[in-house]
Amino acid sequence: MRHVVAAGQTSLALLLAPGLAGLIRWMKARLQNRRGAPFWQPYLELRKLFGKEVVVSSNASWLFRAAPFVIFASTVATTALVPVLAVPLAFDTMGDLVVLVYLLLLGTFFLALAGLDPGSAFGGMGASREVTVAALAEPTVALAVFALALSAGSTNLGQIVAATLADPASAVSPGHLLAFAALFIVTLAETGRLPVDNPATHLELTMIHEAMILEYSGRYLALIEWAAAVKLLIFFALLGNLFVPWGVARTLTPDALLMALGTFLLKLLLLAATIAVFETRVAKLRLFRVPELLSVSFVLALLAVSSSFLLR
Amino acid sequence: MALTLPLFLAMVLGHVVGAGGALLAPTRAGARGLTTLGAIVGGAAGLVLGFDTLIWGTPFRLEIPQLLAVAGGVSLHLDRLGAFFLLVVEVVAIPSALFGGAYSRVYEGTHSLRPLGVMLNLFLLALSLVPLADNVVTFLLLWELMSVASYFLVLTESDRRETRQAGLWYLAMAHGGLVLLMAAFLLLAASAPSTGFADLRTAAAALPAHTRNTVFVLVLLGFGSKAGLVPLHVWLPLAHPAAPSHVSALMSGVMIKMGVYGLLRVALDLLGGGPPWWGGTILAAGVVSALLGVLYALMEQDLKRLLAYSSVENMGIIFLGIGAGLLFQSYGLTALALLGLVAGLYHVLNHACFKGLLFLGSGAVLHATHTRNMEELGGLIKGMPRTAFCFLVGAAAISGLPPLNGFVSEWLVFQALLGGPQLPRPELGLIMAFAVAMLALTSGLAAACFVKAFGITFLAMPRSVHAAGAHEVPLAMQLGMGALAVACGALGVGCTLVVPSLGAVVAGLGGLPAGLMTGMPGLTLEMPGTVGVIAPAALAAGLLLVPVAVLVAFRLGGVDRRLRVGDTWGCGRIGQTPRMEYTATAFAEPLRRVFAELYRPTEDLSIDFHPESKYFVQSIAYRSEVHPWFERLLYAPIVSFLRRMAFRVRWLQAGSLHLYLLYMILALVVLLLVSRWTS
Repeated sequence: MRHVVAAGQTSLALLLAPGLAGLIRWMKARLQNRRGAPFWQPYLELRKLFGKEVVVSSNASWLFRAAPFVIFASTVATTALVPVLAVPLAFDTMGDLVVLVYLLLLGTFFLALAGLDPGSAFGGMGASREVTVAALAEPTVALAVFALALSAGSTNLGQIVAATLADPASAVSPGHLLAFAALFIVTLAETGRLPVDNPATHLELTMIHEAMILEYSGRYLALIEWAAAVKLLIFFALLGNLFVPWGVARTLTPDALLMALGTFLLKLLLLAATIAVFETRVAKLRLFRVPELLSVSFVLALLAVSSSFLLR
Repeated sequence: MALTLPLFLAMVLGHVVGAGGALLAPTRAGARGLTTLGAIVGGAAGLVLGFDTLIWGTPFRLEIPQLLAVAGGVSLHLDRLGAFFLLVVEVVAIPSALFGGAYSRVYEGTHSLRPLGVMLNLFLLALSLVPLADNVVTFLLLWELMSVASYFLVLTESDRRETRQAGLWYLAMAHGGLVLLMAAFLLLAASAPSTGFADLRTAAAALPAHTRNTVFVLVLLGFGSKAGLVPLHVWLPLAHPAAPSHVSALMSGVMIKMGVYGLLRVALDLLGGGPPWWGGTILAAGVVSALLGVLYALMEQDLKRLLAYSSVENMGIIFLGIGAGLLFQSYGLTALALLGLVAGLYHVLNHACFKGLLFLGSGAVLHATHTRNMEELGGLIKGMPRTAFCFLVGAAAISGLPPLNGFVSEWLVFQALLGGPQLPRPELGLIMAFAVAMLALTSGLAAACFVKAFGITFLAMPRSVHAAGAHEVPLAMQLGMGALAVACGALGVGCTLVVPSLGAVVAGLGGLPAGLMTGMPGLTLEMPGTVGVIAPAALAAGLLLVPVAVLVAFRLGGVDRRLRVGDTWGCGRIGQTPRMEYTATAFAEPLRRVFAELYRPTEDLSIDFHPESKYFVQSIAYRSEVHPWFERLLYAPIVSFLRRMAFRVRWLQAGSLHLYLLYMILALVVLLLVSRWTS
């Protein structure tokens, strides 16, 4: 049963992810007085890409063709670790939060290499920027993990959720709130949202993610785009379920699981709305101002850990 | 088992025959063959000996009191700690020797291979005997043999000025370290009945605190200079790249680990641990080394120098684990202490594998293209697919990517540091939190660094004719790299089999209990003290299954499987040239700007405009360099002082043998007088 639910929630996350990306796009369009494409548009795009021929650069090697699979696999493996509906689950023994961070780094590593492979200046630029942002976001993530582990006594995601559910007051402790803020900024940076990267443009001066995948087409592009959408959902699920774990099922009864599904969708909706409003309000930062944003998140995370220590 | 003595003799004889054969073989090919054969046979015997002692705990002891009787005789003893380091040596030594046999062929006709073969075998012999040394004089002699043999190996290409300079730095730093170690051992041995390590251990317990502290500081500096801890690392990025690549693999993969061995042997085993500031200092040195090492590695365009700086980084990670372990030990948190030490030791083994692999890979690149400059490389993945794959495995492992071995040991270091809140003092816990953040930054930057190292060297279009004409290296070199690549994978996926036995390595040292880590090896790696779990084998299975599932789904779902090869998109411009590619310098540019305060780069841009209009550029010259300014700040005064002193005492060295004999007699008389007065 546990394995079924675990596999089910992973598949659910994979299937929901494109819709989430579409939802943010639709909300942004409405906020900007545009009609906007329906939220299921990304599903149509994926179907279209899966049906198209692939064009590969003559400079590219086997790595370029293998990378989409590695990226997709690392994203799926990460998703398996994330508590979406219920805790504790069968995959909890596969890895903890630290593993999750390193699995995401695996995807970034191969995406950056694939960006370099066709030999285009765009790809190199994107890869260089991507690894820079990823490296600078890393300490904040680690400190957020530390803050969570400090209050839960564990880095296992299931146990963190369970610990917060058992002690609801800890969810509003300053340590938790500061870590949430820090991780929110990291989410923007890691998933290529404004003000770090602009997901809606192909303008070379502003882009990071889009520059790396410029040479991809067809099914390879579909896998990468899907993985990017799943990564966004993973971060939303972490923000929603690690910090505000209410609704996450602790028993595998149908009622509890339905309740968990409902609250999870609600959390996604709220976070999507936040991102949509945020992206409508802020402008893209200059690339060399991004480290300042990330150092803000680092300071927030450091404060989170310090306050957890002081209030222990 | 009673086989230990024959194994030991086979190990020593293998290297001796290798050295002798290199010197005496009638033909050049014979010399090269005997060098390799001796090194491999000796290495294999050492490997079995190390396994035997590590797994079964068979102690090996050999005393030769007649040899060097004045100083207490030669004494060798292999315990589990020594056996672990012996294993680390041989795991890299065998593939490197295999690789070197084919690699050193390029020196035929230009350099004599005989001294190279002799020194290689002596170096390997010293490396495998250092962990066995059981008294002060044996240890120091082997330590010195290790330094001197590797010094001559560094000087293989001594016709280049930078090689000679690197050798001088190396020799100076190695001997500076040796002097500190001698002082430390003299302090330790002053009140002991003999210089055997067992006597030192009992005597150390009775030493006053300030003597113990002095000894600790001396060994930290002495072994730290061998391990390449910042700021004692200056020789490392000079000497490691200058040596032949298989020697670089040994120096970076193994020799610097002897610094870790020495520190553990003295600080933990002989002294039995100390006050919290010992562990704290090691921890701080680890953080600084890890971060500065990777930051300077990022700025390198020379592939081997990049790897050398990355060794500084990884030594930092090792010292993070060991420092945390000693810190926990001083507060009596034994489970966490064991975890930190095991994390450090596992990273010792893992770094030996992937850094050995990467240096061999850089040697293969050098062999095929005759350049180490990444700006002239590129596209090698097509001409040298096997080398490229092995290098990719090494790059992924060193970046800490799951499910390879670097990931497991970095995870263990994280777990040890996450135990920080259990320390009784909150400020120490905060320092641990900061160390966690810096370790995370280091691993992120290391991933960036190795995306650059692999991506610029092996991917895209070749940037020079040398790179375009690259061909795959001989089979022996491929085998050397392949063996280490397999080790990187196996130590990651199979970590649950290896890690528990590492607990036995440090158990019993410094009062750490045995038997804390006797869990049945399963799929999940859980140890006392960890706050999380990993199951690298399950992760690996998942990471392999998902692509297979996707491919099956593609076939079943009728996904379009056509593939067309076209040009890279160049904004409508036809005919892409390598000059349009991103360079290694450009790749690291964002991080150079972010850390500009640290790098303080010097930039020089001169543009030659067309005389008619400044909108037409005729040529652009851009030069930019990063110099580690703090090294200059620290070492420039020392170097200039040494120079002045050398100039002053130059008259002593008149070149007359009689005069030198007189000096010796005078020195003897003075020493006799001094000992007469003081006793």
